Amino acid sequence: MYYTPEMLESMKRVEETREARLTQELELLDPLEKVELLETFHPDYLEEIFRKLKVGPSKGEMTPHEFADLFEAYSAIDPYKFDLSQIDYDVDVLVVGGGGAGAAAALVAQEGGAKVLISTKLRMGDANTMMAQGGIQGADKSNDSPPIHYLDVMGGGRYFNDPDLVEILVRDAPEVLAWLEKLGVMFDKEADGTMIAIHGGGTSRKRMHAARDYTGGEIMKTLRDEVNNRGVEVVEFAPVYELLTDGDKVTGAVLYNMETQNYLVVRAKTTILATGGAGRLHVAGFPTTNHYGATADGLVLGYRAGVPLAFMDTIQYHPTGAAYPEQLLGQLVTEKVRGLGGQLVNSKGDRFIYELETRDCEAAAIIRECKERGNGVKTPSGYQAVWLDGPVIEARHGAGTIKKRLPAMYRQYQRFEIDMAATPILVYPTQHYQNGGLKIDGTTETTTTNLYAAGEVAGGIHGRNRLMGNSLLDVVVFGRRAGEAAAGRAASIKKPGKLTLEHLKTFHDELKDAGIRRERVSPMLLPDYRRPETVRKRLEVPV
Amino acid sequence: MSQEMATIYVMGKPYEVPKDLTIMKAMEYAGYRFVRGCGCRGAFCGACGTVYRTKDDYRLKVGLACQEMVQDEMYLSEIPFFPANRATYDIEELAPTSETILKLYPEVFRCLACNTCTKACPQDIEVMEYIQAALRGDIAKAADLSFDCLLCGLCASRCPAEIGQYNVALLCRRLYARHIAPKAKHLEKRVKEVAKGKFDEELADLKKMDQKKLAKLYAARDIESDD
Repeated sequence: MYYTPEMLESMKRVEETREARLTQELELLDPLEKVELLETFHPDYLEEIFRKLKVGPSKGEMTPHEFADLFEAYSAIDPYKFDLSQIDYDVDVLVVGGGGAGAAAALVAQEGGAKVLISTKLRMGDANTMMAQGGIQGADKSNDSPPIHYLDVMGGGRYFNDPDLVEILVRDAPEVLAWLEKLGVMFDKEADGTMIAIHGGGTSRKRMHAARDYTGGEIMKTLRDEVNNRGVEVVEFAPVYELLTDGDKVTGAVLYNMETQNYLVVRAKTTILATGGAGRLHVAGFPTTNHYGATADGLVLGYRAGVPLAFMDTIQYHPTGAAYPEQLLGQLVTEKVRGLGGQLVNSKGDRFIYELETRDCEAAAIIRECKERGNGVKTPSGYQAVWLDGPVIEARHGAGTIKKRLPAMYRQYQRFEIDMAATPILVYPTQHYQNGGLKIDGTTETTTTNLYAAGEVAGGIHGRNRLMGNSLLDVVVFGRRAGEAAAGRAASIKKPGKLTLEHLKTFHDELKDAGIRRERVSPMLLPDYRRPETVRKRLEVPV
Repeated sequence: MSQEMATIYVMGKPYEVPKDLTIMKAMEYAGYRFVRGCGCRGAFCGACGTVYRTKDDYRLKVGLACQEMVQDEMYLSEIPFFPANRATYDIEELAPTSETILKLYPEVFRCLACNTCTKACPQDIEVMEYIQAALRGDIAKAADLSFDCLLCGLCASRCPAEIGQYNVALLCRRLYARHIAPKAKHLEKRVKEVAKGKFDEELADLKKMDQKKLAKLYAARDIESDD
């Protein structure tokens, strides 16, 4: 791999300090230092990247411009002219999204006797769940307990979390791990079956369970396999483009077949939004770790149907996104690297923060190191970054540890002729997770009747900062809860609801009154990475 | 960043693209907007399996479009979907044996041991080795060897015996994890404790606490040693 002389020089210093760093102990930040670090350097405190929402149930609340642009936008559907007379699918439960939460919800809803349909924008399993590497939390060891887990989650979220939702998260965790184990998820285990668990940022017990560094992938592949085995109906490449209501309650949805450009009408007694996150909005220009389809669609749909937002003024930037080589820009370097003892080191070869602080603090500390202290390493394309030293892991846990415990990471860098076990890599924060989302109650129901939300699209569980390993947990815990609740409700609904776009008429009126231009349309469905000059010369013709 | 250009042929059609791009980014540069053939963009989902050939070389090579760099005079096509055979089963009722493999995927026993699958794997998995292990009934080995599989389907696309290796691999991992790996006893115990309400009172107390009290408790946590 090519390195500039400046990079090589700095790399040499990292090597020189390695031995001393092996035994160096860094203090945890005290609460005051934490607040100061965040308020000065975390992007959540950059006023210019936010604005107040002009319309909708959370009018007046702050959210990044990229989100506001989607909330303050019209549907491509004209609610006055749209023909809903032909129903293509008539089901009990519609699950919107084919990731971890959607799959878990569908399985449990079907077990509850419901006829289920999964609609997904890309393929079943194309989701951030598939990409989650590091692990899944759950207090299952004798020195740990759900209450200890609870305290870690609340502290990590800076006490803004919804206590009821956190209780559910930590209480359901052991059962969820057992459910996954029984389905055949290949967790890392000792010979006697004991789960191998390590620390994550902000954990007080080692409760990060993993499947090497393909934890989310392993869970997603298993859940998808089970969805297929049990014959749950799935429509791929057909995202929900709009929800349908009877004017009050959600009664179904309009799907858009992206390959044929047709639409399909679904009548559903209950609907679960499990559409995931929003990294592809690239808030404030940050690169992202997220999946191609992470475009906040479910947030937009739910918002139009009257669901208020929680904590949409906070985004999680993963502290260690790949900064070099350019081809990997923004991609996840799992926190498990630090969980195993990997160290953050500046251009001078010095550590500057204890590596297992919560993600918000780690990200802020890296930004401070680069922006304020001038201790960043400049990459050939001009980005600033800091080192993440992998070789200390090998020194601590033995040669070959990285290849064995972090095969995905190791391979990722090998493709660019970088040996993570022998040389440090360059990292910088990257947009990773939507801390907030649609408001839900303990059953995952939103304020709009018969509409549920689970996984990253829902907000409140993680407060203002999520801990590593609590997202994989969240999608399965709340996905299952949503499936159970939505199936239960569906069973009690005898007469299917009327299908209308009344809520959209109201929302469009509100947009018009707020003076929002008709050209602004959402949901986004997919990001556009073509060059502007290509897009400018686009010609749409009927063929 | 250099702006050295390369000519790539996407399904036979030439485009000039910067040399330092992955196939996926090069196709976007050329004006493609993906619906199929693009997923996680980080080698976790297997949506972008690609077959290519370079100039003056008859050999077909494979890679993931999100990981593989373009080369000058590269002829490529994505294979966004592969219709390989996939069995349906109830994992609870299966035994982790070669009989199970024979019953669900009899085509595995047609394996010619030609190793073409292994050469086609963008994850450098010993595909033929795990298929051989599966047919011998060594499910644990098949599960271990295939662990990093992304189910991209490139192995199956090249297999003369028409085996859908990646589906066999997934079955083996589930068989291993469900029926061979010992259950986590501490987990079973904890599930029972939670169900019996062992932590109810403590959780209820924590939920009642105001932020100040919680913060005090949080600051006083004892952190499990990392050794």
